[in-house]
Amino acid sequence: MKELIKKTKGKYGKKIIPGFGISMGITISFLSLIVLIPMASIIVNASGLSFEEFIGIVTEKQVVSGYKVSFLCAFIAALINSGFGVILAWVLVKYEFPGKRILDGLIELPFALPTAVAGITLTALYSDKGWIGKIFAGAGIQIAYTKVGIIIAMVFIGIPFVVRAIQPVLEKLDTQYEEAATMLGASGSKTFLKVILPEIFPAMLTGFGLALARGIGEYGSVVFIAGNIPYKTQIAPLLIMTKLEQYKYADATGIALVMLIASFLILLIINIVQSYMNKVTNN
Amino acid sequence: MNKRRLLSLGLTLVLSIGVLTGCGSKSEIIEITNVSYDPTREFYEAYNEEFKAYWKEKTDQEVTIVQSHGGSGKQARSVIEGNEADVVTLALAQDITAIEEAGLIEAGWIDEFEKNSSPYTSTIVFLVRSGNPKNIKDWDDLIKDGVEVITPNPKSSGGARWNFLAAWGFADELYGGAQDKITEFITKLYNNVIVLDSGARGSTTTFVENGQGDVLIAWENEAYLSLKEHPDEYEIITPSISILAEPSVAVVDEVTKKRDTAEVASGYISYLYSDAAQRLAGENYYRPSNEEILQEFSNVFDLNSRLITIDDFGGWEEASKEFFVDGALFDQIYSE
Amino acid sequence: MKSKITRIILITVSFIFIGGMLVLPLSSVIVYALRDGIKAYKEAVFDEYTVKALYLTIIATMSAVALNTLFGIFAAWTITKFNFRGKQLLTTLIDIPFAISPVIAGLLFILIFGRVGWAYDFIEKYNIKIVFAIPGIILATIFVTFPFVSREIIPVLNSQGKDEEEAAALMGADGFKIFRKITLPHMKWALLYGVILCTARAMGEFGAVSVLSGHLRGKTNTLPLHVEILYNEFNLTSAFAVSSILVIMAIIILILRNIVEYKGKKAGEL
Repeated sequence: MKELIKKTKGKYGKKIIPGFGISMGITISFLSLIVLIPMASIIVNASGLSFEEFIGIVTEKQVVSGYKVSFLCAFIAALINSGFGVILAWVLVKYEFPGKRILDGLIELPFALPTAVAGITLTALYSDKGWIGKIFAGAGIQIAYTKVGIIIAMVFIGIPFVVRAIQPVLEKLDTQYEEAATMLGASGSKTFLKVILPEIFPAMLTGFGLALARGIGEYGSVVFIAGNIPYKTQIAPLLIMTKLEQYKYADATGIALVMLIASFLILLIINIVQSYMNKVTNN
Repeated sequence: MNKRRLLSLGLTLVLSIGVLTGCGSKSEIIEITNVSYDPTREFYEAYNEEFKAYWKEKTDQEVTIVQSHGGSGKQARSVIEGNEADVVTLALAQDITAIEEAGLIEAGWIDEFEKNSSPYTSTIVFLVRSGNPKNIKDWDDLIKDGVEVITPNPKSSGGARWNFLAAWGFADELYGGAQDKITEFITKLYNNVIVLDSGARGSTTTFVENGQGDVLIAWENEAYLSLKEHPDEYEIITPSISILAEPSVAVVDEVTKKRDTAEVASGYISYLYSDAAQRLAGENYYRPSNEEILQEFSNVFDLNSRLITIDDFGGWEEASKEFFVDGALFDQIYSE
Repeated sequence: MKSKITRIILITVSFIFIGGMLVLPLSSVIVYALRDGIKAYKEAVFDEYTVKALYLTIIATMSAVALNTLFGIFAAWTITKFNFRGKQLLTTLIDIPFAISPVIAGLLFILIFGRVGWAYDFIEKYNIKIVFAIPGIILATIFVTFPFVSREIIPVLNSQGKDEEEAAALMGADGFKIFRKITLPHMKWALLYGVILCTARAMGEFGAVSVLSGHLRGKTNTLPLHVEILYNEFNLTSAFAVSSILVIMAIIILILRNIVEYKGKKAGEL
């Protein structure tokens, strides 16, 4: 710990704000206890496999198609959430209208509902016999038991992440910029694109990344609305469950490890981009 | 600073209360835990009352039974991972064998109690919509074009392996054991499956609540549960050939030794074979393994269909290797 | 004029989206729950096991929120107010619980404290039960909600920069005073969002807890697990009735938040 501080001091000069040691210490110890040590057991467990075995398991055809389904659907869902997330956060911060506070209050509800209940209810609504599914079935579009169904479940579980990441930033955003831009004759959309979007983009990216990561790992709600047909609608977490059902712990943790590394890389890239953008906007 | 200290104190308190309640206190009443699978709750709820009275009369001991229900494989895993069960009552012998292999149950458990340690059995039937619009009578109706089938994935649901094996048994008989014909039959059957849920309960919801498919392949007792809830909407069809699904029971030796509950645990399972418990099983749509009592329920169950058993497949180990492990026959049904 | 149209369109889109994605599913939970009448609903809600499960859910949620709030504040402060090597790595490591399938999260603790785990012999010697007991449920809940608070605060503190804190430090204020007088007011609402998100998520957590609970009726069942069990027992109406408790709890918390927020903003603190 001490070396780290010294090293960083050497590079960045003296720290002006006090309390670095204690806050860093607490952060690292909690992180290790709750996350890092347990995570290490995944790696230890997966290392029960030889390298060839590991590669064989994680590149098996069904498993690969599972990753594809999970990543593709989570990506689309996160994109949808980013779009609607910006609109929702914007509406909640900038406009006054009746029912605003109710709308605001509803955003977190998806979290409180156990994922399995969310899955069962969404399936009931979006199957071709359900209230919403019926309308689409009339147009020949099937939602439940297809990839579209998986995306809907992931949108449901991911929306709070994006809205709540953008909202506080928008709230803190100084309205002076906007007013200045409008006074200088910029159109609404131009103000948004040139002035507001760059400010909220890092937060949006955070929300996107979190929703994406959450979607990739999601099991409880997706498993009901996906048809679970191999190569079509079978998600990767379900394959982990299948391995466990055969009492193959090492195989299960192997697949989990691959998904984890992928998500970790996505989040890391997003964090690097975000911090770069913060530097640019802050200067 | 004070606030922070207060907060951490509070935290320690909350966590330690958790630890303490986790340890629990030993009382005079004997407590045993029965780790079971999903649809047995009503049966064991009634049986536990019956057993408590019987045990009190026999030994003058008070006993309470903690129940745990979940997917059979998941429940077996939890026992292996340290969930302290005195008895396990699961959907298939394979799950108990896994607990045996982990060293918790002594080998030879299957012969410890009568009838392969299966006090009650079931079989695989079809649930169709009222009036049977697609006229489904037997397994070969399920492979016809335009028939939509709902069944869980035998790889993620241990209980659903019985469904697969029952279908295989029929095709085996039909084609006189010609392997490629049987495989073709099974492939056609699973190509008609429109939703392959991860568990039996999920499949029932898909069929009953969400109105998908024309036929649900299900355990007989679960089909009756659906029928009980919606009496006018469904019919049960018993195919000409099915399989004798044998849910197995066992005493978990390691746990009962540690907790000194071997006697009551063994008594708990033995009493499942009593006439009273057998009737209770029948009332909950399980087939009593006692032949005489089974006949009392002949108006409920169709006792005419021929039932093959897991032994016809050379036991679970053989069946798993041939059909359900990764890359085995079931995986070959599906291609990209 | 143009902005008025935009405004109407955006508000309408928001209502349609929230209506279709959130309100309909949630109201169908209530519809299902009341399907067999109010009496059946009451029976399911006031069932002995439901009440026990509610109690356990509250304990687990409170522990998770308390610990994660404390952690979140420290982590956000560390990450936004100082420059150090590996900052992005640290941020990403904190996010990891988001990326892990909840089932695997539960399995992690089994692989440590379970009968197959490396710490089993040690804790067994002292007769401590962690998995398949209440401590395990608390641990799993903390794990899955770990990043929630810090994740909400970090973007706000980042966009605020650290000039004010540095100025205060140069004028000789100590760390705690800087935090209380400068940082806290800036991040107040984000902190509140974080706590609410964390509470909601902790209450509803199912996957991870399911793996290490053992489903012992009346002992290690949280509300979401109780819902699963009722559902698996072909008791769909009761399952939805118990789910509706979670929805109602969430609504109560959200109303409380709204009141706090409204009062705060009215007092012109923002």
